[in-house]
Amino acid sequence: MSEKFDAIVVGAGPAGISCAHDLAKGGANVLLIERGEYPGSKNVMGGVLYRKMMEDIIPEFYKEAPLERPIVEQRFMMMEKESALTFSYKGLEWGKEPYNNFTVLRAKFDQWFADKAVQQGAILINETVVLECIVEDGKVVGVRTDRPDGEVYADVVVLADGVNSLLAQSLGFHKEYKPNEVALATMEVLKLDKKVIEDRFNLEENQGCTIELFGDATKGIVGTGFLYTNKDTLSLGVGTLLSGLIKHKIKPYELLEYVKNHPMIRPYIQGSEPQEYLAHLIPEGGYNSMGKIVGDGVIVIGDASQLVNAIHREGSNLAMTSGRLAAETVLLAKEAGDFSERRLDHYRVKLLDGFVGQDMKKYKDSTHHFEKFPQYFEQYIPMINRAASQMFTVDGSSKWEKQKKIMKDLGSTKEKMKLARDIYRAWKVVK
Amino acid sequence: MGEQKNAQSIEAKQYLVRFNADTKSHLHVKDEDICLTQCPDKICTIFCPAEIYKWEDIRMHVGYEGCHECGSCRIGCPHQNIRWEYPKGGHGIVFRLA
Repeated sequence: MSEKFDAIVVGAGPAGISCAHDLAKGGANVLLIERGEYPGSKNVMGGVLYRKMMEDIIPEFYKEAPLERPIVEQRFMMMEKESALTFSYKGLEWGKEPYNNFTVLRAKFDQWFADKAVQQGAILINETVVLECIVEDGKVVGVRTDRPDGEVYADVVVLADGVNSLLAQSLGFHKEYKPNEVALATMEVLKLDKKVIEDRFNLEENQGCTIELFGDATKGIVGTGFLYTNKDTLSLGVGTLLSGLIKHKIKPYELLEYVKNHPMIRPYIQGSEPQEYLAHLIPEGGYNSMGKIVGDGVIVIGDASQLVNAIHREGSNLAMTSGRLAAETVLLAKEAGDFSERRLDHYRVKLLDGFVGQDMKKYKDSTHHFEKFPQYFEQYIPMINRAASQMFTVDGSSKWEKQKKIMKDLGSTKEKMKLARDIYRAWKVVK
Repeated sequence: MGEQKNAQSIEAKQYLVRFNADTKSHLHVKDEDICLTQCPDKICTIFCPAEIYKWEDIRMHVGYEGCHECGSCRIGCPHQNIRWEYPKGGHGIVFRLA
């Protein structure tokens, strides 16, 4: 492997495949290196793939890609131990072209997507770990792999090696993450009859539903749970900041069991059979945890550069857009014959100017805020459940009396002031 | 329904996953002594999603074969006492579905 490529992309996930696809399409000689047996074999997500950013890479992909269900309803459950306040939006416009998003199973989808990059001319090699970047005179000029004579050279190396980007870290682009900058998510894929899924989730054929779970799903720890419908399986998972698990000494798989057995969730999954158990980290430090993402001869994309919008459970779309912009940048650099940091900085500028950077900045303080002030999840979600129960329980007391009781339940004047202040603060970090 | 069907325990959950384990570990406790003398909580035995880390009286047993390669132990170890690498290409966990 002493050949020299225009670009080497490390990691065949949504970011890396997008980048390799567009590079090959633009005429570049590109090598895509994946450490797993096949693309997708190491990749995990809850399951929502966003149509727009995927179509920016492959128009009308939904006509042939292995997708599960187009999502027509998104529900949000604020959970207490034996209750939940739920709101949802269901819109049939999401059930037809051009669609909004889809559930996917990544092992299948990523293989299909990588095939598309190969069809464009990218060279994919699996079962290969990149051990380090080869740096000469401060410039990244290639990678060293775990294959015999495994050195490969390129004008640009694109790091799409995921949340555990040991490569970006070893280049000094970011420090080791702290436990409050990553969320540990565990999930199970549960087999359930297609018709049963449709009945339970109020769906027609080829419609899907996502439910995001807040509050008691994470026992009040900062994080969320999720329940997504696939064709004939459900994906049920729960993720919390690693710091939360450490602080509360909770085993992640026991938390997952807790969610599976929660009275608000159990009826949805009853009779289903677990098919796979998965654990993965999600980079949730946000904008403030993003390190350097461009250097001489190197660009960092996707999870490797912390591109996740935790508030809106978006990640794969940010990854794809970053991959696309990296490809665009490398093609421009190739034309100019200049692969310096200054030239490649085009990627960073485009990324931060677009929706990715805008959204990362918008929510830059949110994870930290909700970690610092646990009362949102611990106290306020139970509080709104009690208020809803009070208001909707017909027991002979007047609605005015009920409102009074709800106000009283909020606590002393001091506690009400604190609540008002917290609501204002929460508004400020997400506005 | 039996335990297997519900996959309640971590052993049952791990049974659902395909692994192609390497013959040598990609996880290393840097200094065994730190676990023994400076780490009363041994929190890695709690937060590891695959229960890879098990305390055996005086030493940490690392069952790397069932590792999900999530990286939590490297980040969560309060003493930064875990050297974490990727398993050799093609080895380790093989997700078949999600």
